[in-house]
Amino acid sequence: MKSLTIIIVLITGAVLFYGTVDMPDWGDPNSPASRHVSPRYITQTVAETETPNIVTSLLADYRGYDTLGETTVIFGAGMVCILILRSARKREE
Amino acid sequence: MIHNSTDVIIKTVARIFIPFIQLYALYVIMHGHYSPGGGFQGGVILGASLILLLITHGERVAMQRISENWITILFSLGVLIYAGIGTLCLFFGGNFLDYGVLAPLLHVSPAAARSLGILGVEIGVGIAVMSVMVSIFYNIARSGPYRNKGTTARRES
Repeated sequence: MKSLTIIIVLITGAVLFYGTVDMPDWGDPNSPASRHVSPRYITQTVAETETPNIVTSLLADYRGYDTLGETTVIFGAGMVCILILRSARKREE
Repeated sequence: MIHNSTDVIIKTVARIFIPFIQLYALYVIMHGHYSPGGGFQGGVILGASLILLLITHGERVAMQRISENWITILFSLGVLIYAGIGTLCLFFGGNFLDYGVLAPLLHVSPAAARSLGILGVEIGVGIAVMSVMVSIFYNIARSGPYRNKGTTARRES
């Protein structure tokens, strides 16, 4: 069973590595990601959001929904810690 | 149980540094528009200052400053601010988290309203991250098999 698991992991890893061959080079200006929305973000950030820091305007405005998810993840982590640890503490006391 | 430290150097250094750490954290949150930073980083620094207070001055002093119930309320409040600003945009006829439509409410241009909306959600993120850090630290420090070992170890040494 263990050897089967290792074989599956190795095959999956090999497929994933094979998949990276087709990916564009690091920072390639002609890659789809650099041609589609990035130019608009870079040129229009100050005009649209009055925020000189592109990272902030991307994080909280253009991709605000993602950041809401991130905050919810942190909220969930805190809530789980309270649910598990505080109830354990109450039981001990 | 985290006790009040008996070391005067540690307590004095912490007492001097905590206000500056908190000031820097607020700077990082508010200055996220112009420099690296924002809600997550500033919130973590703010949480670190409260954790420093907790480990140097002990639980009792720290919990007088900010109680466990308040921390729990605050980290719900942070997410509520974020989602609330997003929902407010829905009421003004925009999409969720589309801050531009808040311009009539804030009496500024749509672009400036986006800037203020970003600031609002960053503050929400900062509050949430700060209180979650403190809450996790506090809960982990208080529970577990070594919870009450601090007193005996201190007496022995």
